[in-house]
Amino acid sequence: MFDEILAHKNSIIHELDPRTRIISSLILSFAAALSDKFLILGIYFLISLALIYMASIDFFYIIKRLKPVFLFLLMIWIILPLTFQDKMFLKIPFFSFSKFLTLSIPGLELCAKITLKSITIVLIFVSLVATMTFASIGNGLHKLFVSDKMVFLILMTYRYISVIEHEYKKLLRAAKFRGFKPRTNLHSYRTYAYIAGMLFVRASNRAKRVYQAMVCRGFNGKFYTLDTFDSSKLSLIFIFIIFAITFFLVLIEAWI
Amino acid sequence: MHISEGILSGEVMAAGAVFTIIGVTLGLRKIDYNRIVHVAIIASAFFVASLIHVNIGPSSVHLICNGIIGLLLGWAAFPAIFAALLLQAFFFQYGGITGLGVNTVIMAVPALLCYYIFSPFIKKDSKLSFFASFIGGAFATFCSAVLFASSLWFTEKKFFGIAITIIAAHIPVMIIEGFVTGFCILFLLKVYPEIFYQKNDSLQKN
Repeated sequence: MFDEILAHKNSIIHELDPRTRIISSLILSFAAALSDKFLILGIYFLISLALIYMASIDFFYIIKRLKPVFLFLLMIWIILPLTFQDKMFLKIPFFSFSKFLTLSIPGLELCAKITLKSITIVLIFVSLVATMTFASIGNGLHKLFVSDKMVFLILMTYRYISVIEHEYKKLLRAAKFRGFKPRTNLHSYRTYAYIAGMLFVRASNRAKRVYQAMVCRGFNGKFYTLDTFDSSKLSLIFIFIIFAITFFLVLIEAWI
Repeated sequence: MHISEGILSGEVMAAGAVFTIIGVTLGLRKIDYNRIVHVAIIASAFFVASLIHVNIGPSSVHLICNGIIGLLLGWAAFPAIFAALLLQAFFFQYGGITGLGVNTVIMAVPALLCYYIFSPFIKKDSKLSFFASFIGGAFATFCSAVLFASSLWFTEKKFFGIAITIIAAHIPVMIIEGFVTGFCILFLLKVYPEIFYQKNDSLQKN
């Protein structure tokens, strides 16, 4: 689950340096999030598709990964058009009572916009940021003047997720061996609470050992990364293009 | 509890980002270097604990645990939750960058409130502990749901319907989260009381 499949590929995007990718994804995501016209949103969507293509990511893989986004959007599509009491588009008799289920046009429009935006933003994030190893994200953030402590915290959290997940699987296996079957009752909740509690205990104990080991090896509060990235010409050109496109699109939107 | 990308208005996103930056900065300031490993690995445990799904009738919900994190870490919960959410976005595509600020506020502010309101009642050999942490867990989930709903409402007044639906949908989650937090805190008090955040922290000094 926690393998960085996307990071180990060869493409133009993978050759950019982390800073460039973080900044470009920030610019593009916020521009897309703040845009309000279908035409412009469509262009951002095409850009995000182009980025996915440039990062040579399989489209089917992406669709599988987007499942949580789709689930949320489904909820929006079900609730929003029905609760938006504005210009009615269609009235559906509701159990033949005097009540009607009404679909409103602005509600549907808003749904379409939200769908377009959220898919675009997630695609931008996947193509630019999720294609890095987490270590290079840390490196990039560090170079972008995020504080030492925060970078350290993020990298440390990342490092120990797979370890703690392993512990979780062990605890779950132990519970199953003792005949635990999850149901909707207090006993199940108590068991899960104890499992979660045990996770925190093991995490804390491990933290103690890790910290002692780090102090033994001369930890002084600084975190060194071995990956070095030079800001190549490619990165500069890329970020310039992203800037130009976004600026242009914002201008067009203001103008229409 | 994640707000998907592309829903929120610019103002709400900006407010979320500002609050997150303030919270994370203050939180980081309270973490010494000898505690940061502890905070980081507890944050990974938080990440993993939120993968635990518990049954509720035919369906299932995942644990949130922000009440527990608040009680365990105090102010450090802010940067810890931020790190965990960033990693969730990275691994599961629950979101992108624009919602990160608001989502951090939604999870971390209730954790902090839970710490300030309920941690005085949580002590070893106190009969109030279970009760306080039950209420704390349910309260943290409730606050998260309210923050979630109000950020939708601030974006667009017509989201009212969806906002109410979200709060209502979280009522069973609140109860479950209350029980899990209650049992979990009781368990931690019994087996490993040092884990709780104290101002004159003895955990790392021995």
